[in-house]
Amino acid sequence: MKTHQAKRVEITIEAIMQSRLTDALSAAKVTGYTVLPVLGGSGRSGEWVRSGEIGRASGMVQVVCIIRPERLDGLLDAAFGVVDKHIGVVSIMDCDVVRAERF
Amino acid sequence: MDQILSLAANNLLSPIILSFVLGVAASLARSDLSVPEAAAKALSIYLLFAIGFKGGVSVAAHGVDAKLGLTLLVGIILSAGLPLIAFGLLQVMTGLSRLDAAAVAAHYGSISIVTFVAATSVLQSSGITYEGYMVAVAAAMEAPAILSALWLISRGGSERRMDSDLWREILLNGSIVLLVGAFFIGWITGEEGLSEISSFIVAPFKGVLCLFLLDMGLVAGRGLRSRSGVLKPGVLAFGLLMPVVGSSLGAVFGLLLGLSTGGVALLMVLSASASYIAVPAAMRVALPEANPSIYLTLSLGVTFPFNLTLGIPLYVAVASALTGA
Repeated sequence: MKTHQAKRVEITIEAIMQSRLTDALSAAKVTGYTVLPVLGGSGRSGEWVRSGEIGRASGMVQVVCIIRPERLDGLLDAAFGVVDKHIGVVSIMDCDVVRAERF
Repeated sequence: MDQILSLAANNLLSPIILSFVLGVAASLARSDLSVPEAAAKALSIYLLFAIGFKGGVSVAAHGVDAKLGLTLLVGIILSAGLPLIAFGLLQVMTGLSRLDAAAVAAHYGSISIVTFVAATSVLQSSGITYEGYMVAVAAAMEAPAILSALWLISRGGSERRMDSDLWREILLNGSIVLLVGAFFIGWITGEEGLSEISSFIVAPFKGVLCLFLLDMGLVAGRGLRSRSGVLKPGVLAFGLLMPVVGSSLGAVFGLLLGLSTGGVALLMVLSASASYIAVPAAMRVALPEANPSIYLTLSLGVTFPFNLTLGIPLYVAVASALTGA
């Protein structure tokens, strides 16, 4: 089957920043993304688990976008405008997709 | 003095406070006891609705008196002013940066609605009445502290702007909407409305509160266990001193307003408590460089347990002594 190169961007960010991030992505015409709940983890602020969170201040979510390579810079500029000073991880991977017209 | 200690001891041994202690102890002992996330959220929705509704019914029954507006104003003044005192104490007692100190200070001007709910339950158990509109005062004390903290930061030369998203975060967070909304539903429907749903929101209230506080104990204990290392002795001491300072101011203003014994106790509780839901969320947006481990551990792991186990019984006892009840 023919595949097409794309970029997969995973942004793990504080739950409180989710709507700001997705609004910024939409404004940058990145309308395709998936939001995943994060169950827990460990980082510079120590260990945490989602079940132990009582507000939205310290939980995390992951926003996953798959886009054409030439649109990567626009996405990163939009995302960094929001998440630059916040706790989180941004990672970029090469991937292949089957239906290129969807990205 | 003996009477104060006796009343405090009786309240200390109430099921709701002992449930919280059980949660903290289980967590510190690394038990696998946990309350499912969805259940904890449902319990909190129930409690906020019930306390807001009953507050509204009380206002409908007794009418709006002249003290309502003044008490709301005092609540706003306390919420805006307490962070300034907290900030001063933090600068004297701790080596926290200006940013961290301002973030911590914001938490101590705002309130903990769970502490407030627990206090109302203790008052009811003791047969002490209070002004129903104290629920509205609690809601009014959520936000001003955040503005004070941002002002403290701007005085240090670092500008922080309040955007519309942040305003929405502060004023329309789910807890506030539910609490204020239920208050107005109770106010509109009055005693008749209460009688329709009393078997749901009156009878099970204390049992639900016990389960919720068990979960809060687990959360507080977990936070203490995993993050206690971030609290230096000065910061820890602040977490225990500030509730005493806040409650003292609450007592003074409560007496000046001529509130009932329960009203004075609740104003003391509101002034003594520290936010761990609304303000942390606002601080993560407005002051992302501030260390959340410090302010969350301090408000949820130190001040909340202190208020729940020792503070509430003492505030109720002191309010009783001051008002001669």
